[in-house]
Amino acid sequence: MATTPVVNEGALPPGRAQSFVRRLQAGEELAYLVTATAAATIFLITALILYELFSQSAVSRHTLGWSFLFTSTWDPVAGNFGALPFIYGTVVTSVLALLIAIPLGVGAAIFLAEMAPMGISNALTFLIELLAAVPSVIYGLLGIFVLIPILQRSVVPALKSVLGGLPIFHGTFYGVSVFSAGIVLAVMIVPFIISVSREVLLSVPNDQREGSLALGSTKWQTTWKVVVPFASTGITGSIFLALARALGETMAVTMVIGNTPQIKASLLAPGNSIASVIASQFAEATGDLYVSSLIELGLVLFGVTFVLNGLARIMIMTTGRKGAH
Amino acid sequence: MNRSLKVRLFVNYLMLGLTGLCTLITLSALFFILGYLVAHGIGSLNWSFFTRLPAPVGEAGGGMANAIVGSGKALLLATLIGIPIGFLGGVYLAEYGNPAASFVIRYVTDLLNGVPSIIIGVVVWGLVVQRMGHFSTFAGGVALGIMMIPISVRSTEEFLHAVPHSLREAASALGAPKWKGLVTVVVPAAIRGIISGTMLDLARVAGETAPLLFTALGNQFWSNGWNEPTATLPVMIYTYAISAYDDWHRQAWAAGFVLLTVVLMVNIIARMTMARGIHIPR
Repeated sequence: MATTPVVNEGALPPGRAQSFVRRLQAGEELAYLVTATAAATIFLITALILYELFSQSAVSRHTLGWSFLFTSTWDPVAGNFGALPFIYGTVVTSVLALLIAIPLGVGAAIFLAEMAPMGISNALTFLIELLAAVPSVIYGLLGIFVLIPILQRSVVPALKSVLGGLPIFHGTFYGVSVFSAGIVLAVMIVPFIISVSREVLLSVPNDQREGSLALGSTKWQTTWKVVVPFASTGITGSIFLALARALGETMAVTMVIGNTPQIKASLLAPGNSIASVIASQFAEATGDLYVSSLIELGLVLFGVTFVLNGLARIMIMTTGRKGAH
Repeated sequence: MNRSLKVRLFVNYLMLGLTGLCTLITLSALFFILGYLVAHGIGSLNWSFFTRLPAPVGEAGGGMANAIVGSGKALLLATLIGIPIGFLGGVYLAEYGNPAASFVIRYVTDLLNGVPSIIIGVVVWGLVVQRMGHFSTFAGGVALGIMMIPISVRSTEEFLHAVPHSLREAASALGAPKWKGLVTVVVPAAIRGIISGTMLDLARVAGETAPLLFTALGNQFWSNGWNEPTATLPVMIYTYAISAYDDWHRQAWAAGFVLLTVVLMVNIIARMTMARGIHIPR
């Protein structure tokens, strides 16, 4: 914003007036300095987070090396630390959540951006954004006491009777499971997909729609063959954002996943995720290697969400620009 | 386009109907959550919830007065840490930054916003708890404060950008240097939006649990000052929900109801204020 005219020093009368203006310009320097310091602080805090994770996980990184990421035994008592069960649990719950949330979220975003009248769309979006404001511990609470009983009573028996042959639905269902965690996550990330995708769809220029309609397409053909492809990069960005959120989600997952470090083909078996093992074991972890390996798990999670978020922002920005001219 | 018009229209209405169904399903989740918490929460809620300390295991009754105060203290500290940095950072982005620096800061802010909250907890544990040697309200406040920064930056920037340029020019034309124009004209014009943004920010971190697990920890009793571990509402919900006692489950529902009510009310008020847009002082 350097275009705003400032007082031109050269045109000033000498003497007292000039020193007064100098003082004000010193104020200007001060204002710049104070705000720039705050901005730099944000940068430093983010760098500090990375540095802390890196330095605090040194013991684990040096002792266990890369094999940490590919070892599937986690037994702190015996001193075995392998991250694989947690990486697996994180990936499986998030993928499951995306499988449910993408159709639901993109569908609703299409409805809100393309179909509903603006007033209704805004009102419904307002409500959906409230859903995004519900704290994750509340989702966990409902997951334990509402979702799991429903799954146990009707959903899982039904799934087993239809798809029971598939290995992913084998075994006894105890309630806490990778499956339950995936469903809770899906409910949690849908609002993000909807609100970002809707914004992206709304930024698609109208002449795209008009061009397609003029060729005789139906509303749906226009939406699916013209508007959605135009916005696809941005929608993918919204999905990446949601994925980053699902990967890092802690409380709701911890409360329903069962916290068992194992890799089972069945979704109905309990599991564990990176965020939830940190949440449930960090406070009572003893010994440098134990603490340090939990922090290394944090470093892995940080790295993955960092990259995903970075990509997502670029994708959403790109679509915004494409619609700008 | 060799399909008949009938088929195309059928697909049209079917798919458009399905998108409507998607919206309906998502929205029903909200009403389901609200309904369930109200039904379970109100029944478990009574006056002693707000005034009494948690009862020992096996004893009925008791409340979460210490957790309510603990959450309040941690949020106060978080605001004192997060909002000044966020606000000033937002002013920098909107008013002072050159394009390259602004791009970097904006990008980093978005990334900070995306850092999983459990990671913030671990980092603050390393920076504060480990150095001080004990869990504390202070550490909890720092963790929540860091989480508040990104939203504060972005909402400040957004609302400053929405202030019409003519107002800045008018201030400059009257001879006010840029900083004075900012302080007396531009920021006051955007203040309603900035305050709503701050409220949304507070509502978001008020429900955060993960960053408090190993910073504020928890406490069955009152926590004095800033240097003792403290109970907070979200952590209490977590601890009580995963416990094996029915009394504790009831308390968790009551706490969940209180937390959700506060968070949603603040959200609704803030969003409505925000929707009224920029206030131009006369």
